[in-house]
Amino acid sequence: MDSPKVLKDNKRKIKVDFERTSLKERLKAKYLTVNFLVDVVWKIFRLLLLIGISYIIIFPFISKIFGSFMSKDDLIDATVRLIPKYPTLDTYKYIIRENGYFEAFFNTFILSTLCAFVQTIICSIIGYGLAKFKFRGNKLVFMAVILTMIVPHDTIKLSMYMNFKYFDIYGIYGGLSSLLGLESSSIDLINSYWPMVILSIGGIAFKNGLYIFMMRQFFKGVPDELEEAAYIDGENTFGTFVKIILPISIPMMITIFLFAFSWQWTDNFYTDLFFTQSGALLMPRIVKVPPSLAAEDFTAKDLYNSCITNTCGLLIILPLMLFYSYMQRYLIQGIERSGIVG
Amino acid sequence: MNADATVKVAPAKQVKKKKPASLDRKKARAGWWFVLPFVVVFIAVYVPIIFDSIRFSFNELEILKSGGYELIPIGFDNYREALFDDAGYVTTLIAGLKQLVLDIPAIVIFSLFMAIMLNDKMPGRTLFRAIFFIPVILSTGIIDNIDQGNSMMEYMGSSEGISQGGTEGSQTSADQLISAMDIQKLFANMKIGTGLVEYVAGLVNDIYNVVNRSGVQMLIFLAGLQSINPAIYESCRIDGASSWETFWKITFPMISPMILVNTIYTVIDSFTSESNQVMTYIDNVYKNEANGHVLSSAMSWMYFLIVVLMIALVAGLLSMYIFYQRRD
Repeated sequence: MDSPKVLKDNKRKIKVDFERTSLKERLKAKYLTVNFLVDVVWKIFRLLLLIGISYIIIFPFISKIFGSFMSKDDLIDATVRLIPKYPTLDTYKYIIRENGYFEAFFNTFILSTLCAFVQTIICSIIGYGLAKFKFRGNKLVFMAVILTMIVPHDTIKLSMYMNFKYFDIYGIYGGLSSLLGLESSSIDLINSYWPMVILSIGGIAFKNGLYIFMMRQFFKGVPDELEEAAYIDGENTFGTFVKIILPISIPMMITIFLFAFSWQWTDNFYTDLFFTQSGALLMPRIVKVPPSLAAEDFTAKDLYNSCITNTCGLLIILPLMLFYSYMQRYLIQGIERSGIVG
Repeated sequence: MNADATVKVAPAKQVKKKKPASLDRKKARAGWWFVLPFVVVFIAVYVPIIFDSIRFSFNELEILKSGGYELIPIGFDNYREALFDDAGYVTTLIAGLKQLVLDIPAIVIFSLFMAIMLNDKMPGRTLFRAIFFIPVILSTGIIDNIDQGNSMMEYMGSSEGISQGGTEGSQTSADQLISAMDIQKLFANMKIGTGLVEYVAGLVNDIYNVVNRSGVQMLIFLAGLQSINPAIYESCRIDGASSWETFWKITFPMISPMILVNTIYTVIDSFTSESNQVMTYIDNVYKNEANGHVLSSAMSWMYFLIVVLMIALVAGLLSMYIFYQRRD
């Protein structure tokens, strides 16, 4: 073949004429293949599936939002299904005013933040200990962590209540108080934040086994060389953990914090168990029909009450939604960088 | 022994000091400090709670008016009552376990499938991911409680048929997006056994539930997929493997440890959740029956034992097929 014919030549550019397959042929080769077809079909299928499942996830929230604006007239009217004809803000107004929403919000906020902070830090520390140190009994401690995870909390409901109602570690307090001549032989921790704090400090509160497991897997993926370098520089183990390991595990810790905070926020098991009617007002107790809205019998009474409870639910998760929409990128980041390996 | 050896080598120095622990051992001991909070609270608080709960199941409980409680030991009576006298326990238990066995593969496969889709690069991926993890954060605890037997949702869900002018005789509710009949017809033409048809139809109707319960599993799978070295995929593509082959030869073995983790997590999660029918039954016993407090703990400990056996069985079976990549 001849060398290509030079059409134009200057310092910067060179334009060369050579035989090239025509555009039509090239497009044909690219797009008229089975591979391309399969690819397109797969992409469409994937998009449809994702949209469909997103719809399944979001629809309940949408219907709850519409339901929260419905008035009694809407529910009697058979032509109204999703979009209310006579929208009203009464439901919100009365729930906030009469169910003590802000008080519950404040209390729950304090409890959740406290627990989430403690749990995130404690679970990181325990996870680090389990992942990086081969001390005798490591396996045993890990088994204990798994045990706290698989014993359903319903099973130990009664004894948990009893143990915190008459709180006394192996009779030590009872022994001390009888020595000092005090009357009570145990401490009543019900209606205080203490049970939750004690459980959080030990890393055995709600789902903490999962957090410890996730942190452990994360730390296992961190190369040992990092710590060795710090040891050589004369840092002790705890200093290494605080100065070297914690900074690189921030995304993962944010993920754990997000879980701990939201699950504590919507938790009704522990809060129902540890807080009676006379205790601090927390989120689970605002789920009820406020007195002003308690309707006399009408055909759609059940439906109306259900709308109100759902609105309570919406109000409860509203702060979480805002929190989540801001934090979700950290959630993915934390998980992506975690490199969890079985 | 050590002292002798040193004396021989360097007789000038009288070594009285004990040989310091090696760095490894020192470091290993430091590990205890890290797990200390867990160990202390576990022994001081959790063990008594577990111990009491087991003790309750062998006793009759009487709450004293003066405060405190009294226990009257009755041996295995609570267990006997749960197994033989209680009308619903055994049937609920069997039904619950059957449901659990059916749910596990559905949730694990669904979450793996979804994780693979969400792992692909495509427009709107961030949005889809954000949406898919909404249930993990929001549909727990109180919300889950409210959603159970939610008459509003059924009412709203039934709107679909009417607003589109359809006049179906029976209105489908929100969680029945496709009627079971349609799927059954579809599968009947394919000549597949009725058992499988019912299983798939049940799953499709229960899709909301499946999606809601597979959030954490999806996250774990996604993390696992991210940790696969992209170079492996690249060399596969150069060798001319199709995506189908790549999935079965690379992705699947590499993700198999995650499958074990997720299967176990799914078992634990569904058996400890309060929406579980066995748990609901036990909860009812706890609230309504005279000696429900102790009877329910006997029931749940039996259930616990069965599930632990099941976890051991599943873990044993799966770990035979798991591939661990050797990391140097």
